[in-house]
Amino acid sequence: MTTTTKPAAPIAATPARRLGPGALALRQGRLEITQFLRSRESVVFTMGFPIIMILIFAAIFNGEIGGGVKFTQYFITGMIATGLMTVSFQNLGIWIPIERDRGVLKRYRGTPMPKWVYFAGKVIMVVAIGVAETALLLVVAVLLFGLKLPDTATKWLTFGWVAALGVTACTLCGIAISSLARTARSGSAVVTPVALVLQFISGVFFVFTELPTWMQQVAALFPLKWMCQGLRSVFLPDSFGAQEPGGSFELGRVALVLAAWCVIGLLLCLTTFRWTTRRDG
Amino acid sequence: MDDQLAISVRGLRKAYGDNVAVAGVDLDVHRGEVFALLGPNGAGKTTTVEILEGYRQRDAGEVSVLGSDPAHPDPHWRSRVGIVLQGTGEFDELTVTEVVRHFSGFYPDADDPVKVIERVGLAGKAAARTHTLSGGQKRRLDVALGIIGRPELLFLDEPTTGFDPEARREFWELIRDLAAAGTTIVLTTHYLDEAESLADRVGVIAGGRLVEVAPPNRLGNRQDALTTVSWRTPEGKFETTESATPTALVAELAARYGGEIPGLTVTRPTLEDVYLKMIGH
Repeated sequence: MTTTTKPAAPIAATPARRLGPGALALRQGRLEITQFLRSRESVVFTMGFPIIMILIFAAIFNGEIGGGVKFTQYFITGMIATGLMTVSFQNLGIWIPIERDRGVLKRYRGTPMPKWVYFAGKVIMVVAIGVAETALLLVVAVLLFGLKLPDTATKWLTFGWVAALGVTACTLCGIAISSLARTARSGSAVVTPVALVLQFISGVFFVFTELPTWMQQVAALFPLKWMCQGLRSVFLPDSFGAQEPGGSFELGRVALVLAAWCVIGLLLCLTTFRWTTRRDG
Repeated sequence: MDDQLAISVRGLRKAYGDNVAVAGVDLDVHRGEVFALLGPNGAGKTTTVEILEGYRQRDAGEVSVLGSDPAHPDPHWRSRVGIVLQGTGEFDELTVTEVVRHFSGFYPDADDPVKVIERVGLAGKAAARTHTLSGGQKRRLDVALGIIGRPELLFLDEPTTGFDPEARREFWELIRDLAAAGTTIVLTTHYLDEAESLADRVGVIAGGRLVEVAPPNRLGNRQDALTTVSWRTPEGKFETTESATPTALVAELAARYGGEIPGLTVTRPTLEDVYLKMIGH
């Protein structure tokens, strides 16, 4: 054969029927949820952990915290916040390095899929699993420990925005921290200690005000403490606000700190996110 | 820029620190052509191809792929380029059909997932989770994802690694089908028989430079090279001569021996011979 040219590839004349942004995001979300539900470890760990913790806590502290309020009523706030952080921060901080290592991210980058669709899929998965996991936790707590659910629309509203802002901040931080892990296996080594320390100093396992003051101050720099505090305003009587470090539940400050972490997380994501492993250039 | 060119590269350079991976490559690939890039490990094959795919940034040089600079890939360009990376990207929790169907949604004019799965020979595994596939089957899935968008240009980085001989033959048929339909194909390979069997032209890359580009039968002036003629003399010794006119030599020998020449062999240099010489062995 002496010639090397052939007729040019016919260019498709049919108009593009590309999916819209909404459809792309929903498909990606559905795929993420399917993958999550099929990996048994993440289901057991993410969904089961807060429930196991509340069972243990209810067994250890079965008395009252004061004013006719059970310990369970106090600790449920920490368990909800921990659950939300697990499904967002830990889940993404562990899974994204695995996907990066497996070459899944690199493969997405080679398609026309807009980058944001990948993150939208993660957010949809986090929200869906977070809602399911929180609902399950509340049902268990109501049935087994007589948890009192919030009785006013305002409290449910507060529950909603604290959870939404908290999950957003933790999701963005989870995506950001995923870039610290060099390999698939190091994701959990990076994320787990951070999560554990935050849980200890943020009043998840102890009554927050009984912690040393310096510890409270360190915790106040991070989102989990504020998520717990916001949730306490929902599940505890208003009179308990006076016992908080600031003398009230400080909902304005809760919103401010969580929003600030959303901004910090977003900036970190935009500047540090890596689609390929280091050895991959 | 010539419209008949799918790829045009001038003076391409890329270094990682002090290590120069690509040291000035010039290359044209015509539309509809099957172009094979041959070279030892570390010669710069993958770096070159990944620059063309829009995965890596170059240090210097002009590059045009389907009329655009791959350093700034946009979704429209991505939808016209199919990529089969060297490493597989795995979606362990999903089935073959789920993955292919999901990727088909990224492309404006995607092929039918069922047909593509059949075409790459995975019909029997369509409902299997991808982590149960063998190495060769995973590679077929990679190929399916590379062609699902009906690309005008398809990159294949060592596509048949891990294939058994039968699977390689089937794969070659698939590549010939795609080429016959007008798809431009750029493949890197270690296998000389693969390059010889598939490629219209072969580029040999060594030490970050393109040593030669030619149709496989002309590489290293193979067609003009001296032919080695050897035979056994009446004393039982082997005689070997390199000749530009082997036919005349054989005729002369036939006359000398009065018919059959004992132990006659006539060989031209194989692609492997010229290739090994080029890369400095």
